[in-house]
Amino acid sequence: MKLKTFAGGIHPPDNKQWSSHKAIENCPLPAEFVVPLAQHIGAPSTACVDIGQHVAKGQVIGSAKGFVSVPVHAPTSGEVVAIEYRPHSWGPALPAIMIKPDGEDLWSTELQPSDPGQLSTDDMIEKVRLAGVVGMGGAAFPAHVKMSPPPEKQVRTLIINGVECEPYLTADYRMMLEEPERILRGVALLQSVLGAERVVIGIEANKPDAIALFEKHCAGTAFEVVSLQVKYPQGAEKQLIAAVTGKQVPSGGLPMDIGAAVHNVSTAAAVADAIVRGRPLIERVCTVTGPAIREPKNLRIRIGTLLSHLVEVCGGLAEEPGKIILGGPMMGFTQLGFNVPATKGTSGLLLLRMQDVDPRPEGPCIRCARCVQACPIKLMPTTIAAYARRNLTAEAAEYCAMDCIECGSCSYVCPSAIPLVQTIRYGKAAILAKKRNSP
Amino acid sequence: MKQLYLSSSPHIHSGETTTGVMRAVLYSLLPACGVAVYFFGPSALSVLLIATLGCLASEAVCQRLMGQPVTLGDGSAAITGVLLALNLPPSSPWWLTLLGAVIAIAIGKQVYGGLGSNPFNPALVARVVLLISFPVQMTTWSAPAPLGSGLDLVTTATPLGEWKNAVMLTGQLPAEMQGSMTNFFIGNMPGCIGEVSALALLLGAAYLFYRRILTWHIPTAFVGTVVLLSGLFWLIDPAKYPNPVFHLLTGGLILGAFYMATDMVTSPVSISGMLLFGAGCGFLTVLIRLFGGYPEGVSFAILLMNAATPLIDRYARPRTFGTVRQGRTQ
Amino acid sequence: MLAAILSLGCIGMIAAVALGFAAKKFAVEVDPRELAVMEALPGANCGACGFPGCAGYAKALVAGTIDVNQCPPGGADVVAKLARILGVEAAAASREFAVVLCQGDNRKAQFKYHYLGLEDCTAAQRIADGPKVCPGGCLGLGSCQRACPFDAIEMTATGLAVINREKCTGCRKCVAVCPRQVIRMTPAEATVHVLCNSHDKGAVVRKYCQVGCIACQLCKKAAPDAYKIENMLASVVYEHHSEAAIALAKCPTKCIRDFAEGYPDGSALLPADADKPHAA
Repeated sequence: MKLKTFAGGIHPPDNKQWSSHKAIENCPLPAEFVVPLAQHIGAPSTACVDIGQHVAKGQVIGSAKGFVSVPVHAPTSGEVVAIEYRPHSWGPALPAIMIKPDGEDLWSTELQPSDPGQLSTDDMIEKVRLAGVVGMGGAAFPAHVKMSPPPEKQVRTLIINGVECEPYLTADYRMMLEEPERILRGVALLQSVLGAERVVIGIEANKPDAIALFEKHCAGTAFEVVSLQVKYPQGAEKQLIAAVTGKQVPSGGLPMDIGAAVHNVSTAAAVADAIVRGRPLIERVCTVTGPAIREPKNLRIRIGTLLSHLVEVCGGLAEEPGKIILGGPMMGFTQLGFNVPATKGTSGLLLLRMQDVDPRPEGPCIRCARCVQACPIKLMPTTIAAYARRNLTAEAAEYCAMDCIECGSCSYVCPSAIPLVQTIRYGKAAILAKKRNSP
Repeated sequence: MKQLYLSSSPHIHSGETTTGVMRAVLYSLLPACGVAVYFFGPSALSVLLIATLGCLASEAVCQRLMGQPVTLGDGSAAITGVLLALNLPPSSPWWLTLLGAVIAIAIGKQVYGGLGSNPFNPALVARVVLLISFPVQMTTWSAPAPLGSGLDLVTTATPLGEWKNAVMLTGQLPAEMQGSMTNFFIGNMPGCIGEVSALALLLGAAYLFYRRILTWHIPTAFVGTVVLLSGLFWLIDPAKYPNPVFHLLTGGLILGAFYMATDMVTSPVSISGMLLFGAGCGFLTVLIRLFGGYPEGVSFAILLMNAATPLIDRYARPRTFGTVRQGRTQ
Repeated sequence: MLAAILSLGCIGMIAAVALGFAAKKFAVEVDPRELAVMEALPGANCGACGFPGCAGYAKALVAGTIDVNQCPPGGADVVAKLARILGVEAAAASREFAVVLCQGDNRKAQFKYHYLGLEDCTAAQRIADGPKVCPGGCLGLGSCQRACPFDAIEMTATGLAVINREKCTGCRKCVAVCPRQVIRMTPAEATVHVLCNSHDKGAVVRKYCQVGCIACQLCKKAAPDAYKIENMLASVVYEHHSEAAIALAKCPTKCIRDFAEGYPDGSALLPADADKPHAA
């Protein structure tokens, strides 16, 4: 059978064997939490607690500002010990709330379960927003925004993303194996909120057990389980939609423009928690893996846990790390140290050794066209990068630089080790800056 | 603790390097070199050595003169050398070969800024300069004298040259052509060192296909166009025009289609561009062979299409995901 | 023979008539003063005047919407010429040159990580605020060098941008492109500069750079008018630059430098003993 997929893409070794067989473990509470107020795309939340105040688990500690924003909650019960700038995985230090756990780990009494059957669509979306649910695949875009499309954009196809195409990461995979009911409850809620006619759960073919399990659970329901070809970036939103529906999201448009919506499996689970149990998003599954960690694990971590604590829980370092990466190896962000907290978008912590890092300087482009063939958006990465490098923003824009999804396929295949994605990103920033400056 | 590496994503790499690509291309040329040495003996070997060493030396000298790091290790100069040798007659005098090597690297490559910046295939630039400047030496062909056969190299004409002469003189195909299609296929015919054996060249190309260094687009379009066009003329007048298989196996078509036209630096990057490029090469080759003054047109055809590559790259862009036509939103 | 001469002659005639007609018909009206102004301008199209190129500036000059002293590369000469052409008063143009206020190259200043990727300061600055520990120091990846239209910036082998006084025209392109604002415009006659751009506390600066300003106030004490200390960083008050040289010897980290003897080229920026590795 020919599996569904998209055009272009690459086949990096998946390296999931480090952690794919490890059941999800609950990560013990650290001595201190650092909960950043900016964890999602959109306006950061503002602190609404005071230093010295006692907070209950799940209590709002940062309130949302604006529509594309969500509140932040206390990951455990304890005392607010500081509100200050702390190192953040995005780069610069950002405001964060420090909480010292009291060890009781008691839920706030205000959080009440509810019967989804009694709730209106708007109530459900509001519950998701108040629970601070964001896209957990890595982009951390507030989920309630994606759940409330404008009335003229009817979502017909809801796609649940269980692809996890990033090498090394197994968090979603373990979620699917261990908590299919929770995920499917979320899927059903998402479907009723969006009013989608068709629900597709897309899983890469390298996870046959997850596919079999979901097929078993979905038997007798209207949910389709689609097995997708193993290829990176199969889990990218636009590529997943193309593979499942055969339609392409228009350039510069959104999935809802062609009647589709994509939510990650973990997001679906978080939506179920938010609506049914009234629980905010304060924990997630994170894969701690890589050749430099002693014992790779899939951990259920509280948001705001420092990376150093995760390393400790996983038996410490096996070797001196060469790169600390938050997220997967294709799209993750390198970190300066372990003193940054995990956030809602932290799907993995990958530790590479010194010898895993390729410090080769870039060479001249030999126009081998590997990048052109690998690009899932069908761009000409080398041409865009060449323009971007010379600050020829108009030309870079003409070659559709803004359509780049920064998946990293071009840099991965480049035999001359040219940092194509970084250069294109640089060009995109220049294009945006130019647009801002010339109204 | 040692300092960490920080970089933009992605953090893993396919492991393929420019040097690796170049090395694979060199390996793939070994069968053709072997066959050449078998049929043409030590003279072919000396041309190969002089061209390769000449190119390496020119590259080193040029880069030293321009104050750039010397990058002989990347293998690109060696490839140019081998390809140049394969495009020369086995009887080329040493000075001709050496001059070719210097032209290829200095004028064909380094003046444009070195690897990746040259608009024309360096080996072909050298071949064409030599062909125009030294027509006698460049068209003095030897009949093959396989090693151990005890034969001496005898001056003769290439099959294409033989045909062209006959057509020029009589307007007809020669009554009796030397050599059979089988001989043409394995390379038992007069010609450039590397162009004679289609078998050896295809063997090397198969390796490149396997390593995914070569894609099918340019060779298929090139060869396909040649077969179609020459077939058309053959059907019109079989008494004057040779059949497509003859076109395919003689002259530098296979060498050109699989090694020279596919030179990454000087060919387009998009798939539609590659197909267009290959077809253009095929069209011009047939045009020159059938109606031009030279019996052989592959080199000129490729160089002309090299010149068109930037234009092709500009217009034959892949259709961006989510757009209907180039750059236009759905 | 005759036919050839005649036919070629005819073709030539027809072409000449066509060209002459086209030249008249499609002629673009240009203010003669604009042409004269274009002649006078340096023609580098550097953009220092705020227009994309010299032509834009010329147009604005003739329209009278801008001053004649907006072309730093041209200097006083061009200002005088423009004033003559346009018949306006020549406002005195004070000449300014760019100076890189940092001498913490990779022997003197510490790095917090190995940067891999695009050789560009802005791109590197986006990854954990740049590889140098110092938040203000020159990153040495050469963005200014590539931006300079006059080839006036040299990157030293030890990773520092140094501006060549002879070639610098004061066009400010480098100032605009530097993500750390380490390049400043300074008056031509000032030769003393504080070559540091770190606003960290002295104790912090000492940890990562041997030649950074530690805001010890000694220069200000020696020449109160010529120096000011703001945000833990000393700088020369260029209105009183002539007094600044007094404090040279007082600076404990030697980050105040006097270039009265001429501005150095890249390799000569730091004294010979600079090769000593930084004590970690």
